[in-house]
Amino acid sequence: MDVLASLADGFAIALTWENLGLALLGCFLGTIIGALPGLGPSNGVAILIPLAFTLGLPPTPALILLTSVYYGAMYGGRISSILLNIPGDEPALMTTLDGYPMARQGRAGEALALSGIASFVGAFFATWGLVFLAPQLVRVALLFGPAEYFALFTLAFATLGGIASRNQAKAAFAAALGLGIATIGVDGQTGVPRFSFGEVHLYDGIDFLVAIVGLFALSEVFVFLESHRGDADAAADKMKIGRVIPSLNILRRTTGAMSRSTVIGFICGVLPGAGASLGSFMAYSLEKRVSDKNKTFGTGDPRGIAAPEAGNNAAAGGALVPMLALGVPGSGTTAVLLAMLLALNITPGPLLFQQNPDVVWGLIAALFIGNVMLLLMNIPLVSLFVRVLLIPPKYLMPAVAMISFVGIYGISGSTFDLMVMVGFGVIGWVLRKLDVPLVPVILGVLLGDQMEKNLRRAMTISDGDWTALFASPLAIGLWAFAIIGFVAPILFGRFFRMKHREEDVGD
Amino acid sequence: MKKLIGLAAAFTLASSISGFAFEPTNPECIAPANPGGGWDFTCRQVGKTMQDLDLVPGTVQVTNLAGGGGGVAYAEVANKRADDNNLIVAASSATATRLAQGAYPGNTMDEMRWLGAVGADYGIVAVAADSEINTLPELMDKIKADATSVSIAGGSAVGGWDHLKVLLAAKKSGIDDVRTIKYVAFDGGGEAVTQLLAGSVQAFTGDASEAKGFVDSGDIKVIAVLAPERLEGDFSSFPTAKEQGIDVIGANWRGFYGPGKMSEEAYDFWTDAIAKTYASDEWKEAMAQNGLAPLDMTGDEFQAFVADSVANITDLSKQIGLIQ
Repeated sequence: MDVLASLADGFAIALTWENLGLALLGCFLGTIIGALPGLGPSNGVAILIPLAFTLGLPPTPALILLTSVYYGAMYGGRISSILLNIPGDEPALMTTLDGYPMARQGRAGEALALSGIASFVGAFFATWGLVFLAPQLVRVALLFGPAEYFALFTLAFATLGGIASRNQAKAAFAAALGLGIATIGVDGQTGVPRFSFGEVHLYDGIDFLVAIVGLFALSEVFVFLESHRGDADAAADKMKIGRVIPSLNILRRTTGAMSRSTVIGFICGVLPGAGASLGSFMAYSLEKRVSDKNKTFGTGDPRGIAAPEAGNNAAAGGALVPMLALGVPGSGTTAVLLAMLLALNITPGPLLFQQNPDVVWGLIAALFIGNVMLLLMNIPLVSLFVRVLLIPPKYLMPAVAMISFVGIYGISGSTFDLMVMVGFGVIGWVLRKLDVPLVPVILGVLLGDQMEKNLRRAMTISDGDWTALFASPLAIGLWAFAIIGFVAPILFGRFFRMKHREEDVGD
Repeated sequence: MKKLIGLAAAFTLASSISGFAFEPTNPECIAPANPGGGWDFTCRQVGKTMQDLDLVPGTVQVTNLAGGGGGVAYAEVANKRADDNNLIVAASSATATRLAQGAYPGNTMDEMRWLGAVGADYGIVAVAADSEINTLPELMDKIKADATSVSIAGGSAVGGWDHLKVLLAAKKSGIDDVRTIKYVAFDGGGEAVTQLLAGSVQAFTGDASEAKGFVDSGDIKVIAVLAPERLEGDFSSFPTAKEQGIDVIGANWRGFYGPGKMSEEAYDFWTDAIAKTYASDEWKEAMAQNGLAPLDMTGDEFQAFVADSVANITDLSKQIGLIQ
């Protein structure tokens, strides 16, 4: 087959000592960048672009380095989610739901190893999807107009219910709060600033990384400060690490979750503007619907870790489809990679596969190599990562605060964002006190912004005709799923009391 | 560790290059947007070229200072780094547009030294390859007949440069109330082109560079280039708007400003560095690759050019009611 021959050529390009070394470096740096709160894949790649320039790398090795960072960051984001309940970046948000409870049960090592394997499965099959389906999948992306995107994001919201709390009203309140935050900034369809109070820093809205770090990391610090926990309590709180290799039994139980999530995540990744966050969210909520028979999700169910991790890594691979096949970024990180291509005098676009096959196939081969490297690197490193848990909170929490401040300042270079972050920290602390889940807030910010934009676009195009939202079969299908997803838990939900996310939310 | 090596390299280079009264110690370029956009590209590509040509010691550090459509960076430089000699900031027509519309509250163009341009990205209007529309007048006639039948997608917000270009063309072709034109704002030119291919919208307004990949593949049909003359290279087969009787030019220039209180030596250094970058073969190649057309201006000439375009956009924005 042509494709396999091209891929073999790609491996021939990628398998030099230099490129392997770059991939290893990229994977390592990426994992660390992903694990640090505040630094996500897109910032990580952007920060390392100068390194690629300084080393004077030609296009292919430069891309190999940067995509390794990209994949590495997608792996790394889970580490702080699981160990500290602080998402390292936005796609790792869902991993906190079951990852942190598992760590609290003394199964941190298992959770990390399992999520590493799930990441590998997601990324591995997504890369194969990229190899064989890129041209066909681009057509899927073209089926989505503003109306279909709106239906897709509505579907995401419809399945939000019950994801993070036993109290539906509080989850709904949190999501509404997120939606409200998403409206801050200049409205693209009218050019008018909203809720910005004449403050130029708010014109672009609230950066969700700032919100995540504030809500999760800083509020954790505040809770710690409030409780004045000393050494005695800390010792009592010390967690067990547990085994670092997941049992075959768990792997067998999570196989279904991983494969379903890979497919969902990959599709979300392919759609420009949806990206990895939607991928991991949809993967988690679908898996919860499909297999949460005993209501164990949110209390440390391994499938609740496998699903979002497979989903977000598959989405990372999927996001490369529109980037390589259309020259359109599917996520923030691919936008940075695209800019990198431009800077290397490669024109992205539909002809990239024909004009620069060496770059494309070298890159794809590097993805396979990087993915294997990441798996091999991550499993042994698990025992190192979990040692974070052995650090007493009185040392760990100041470090978390420091990393948060440095990370956010490093991205935006503005002290205003630091104040916004502290503001979110206070909000997060209050919400924790009130037992309001934090995850829906972030989902509201992440998804609400896109949902509104696409509704407004659809309305502009149709001159305000609401029926345009249900005009295509795809839109109708998405609406049907959204309605089922919303109604079904209400009908059946009363029989099963939704399990609580975890005990620490309130206090 | 890497940083240390870089720093050391920078110092050794700094001592070996001379000839100017001023030499930046830590050259920095602020891209007032997140990585991946036009300003980021300008900083990185120009920074890389300056580095390759040994015009600056070491590497040009690119800082992404996003927010407020460039307003955050503008205010930061005006308020806190007004006398920083090591600093240049990427700018474009979007900067001038926002200055003209008062979207950088409290800031005016006089607070900065406008250093020079490194090229222009001329505007294009395109339709899908299988569209029945073939020329710009045809598109305008369709809008005149029924403004609701045509949605035009662009990568900038309403009132932004992609939007204004279409309104300019519409005005010149005799559409009086340009506010009836349906403009749909997307997050960047790439998303807008995708929606053109998907059939959600009927036309696309953007920069030549944004459309290049799709023009090469034949997926979209450029019906007008908003340039004074036909572009070179791949775009040479596309007619200008002027040829079609609609005399409108929409140039998205790319260039740099520096802090208002930079020393004269630093000002001379940076205008010279930008001029040398522009003249280099490396930059010419980068321009060709990215669909940038020539626009060679530095120093006072550039300052006057920016002042002129701010005045023009203020005028247009008032006419169409975007500002009072």
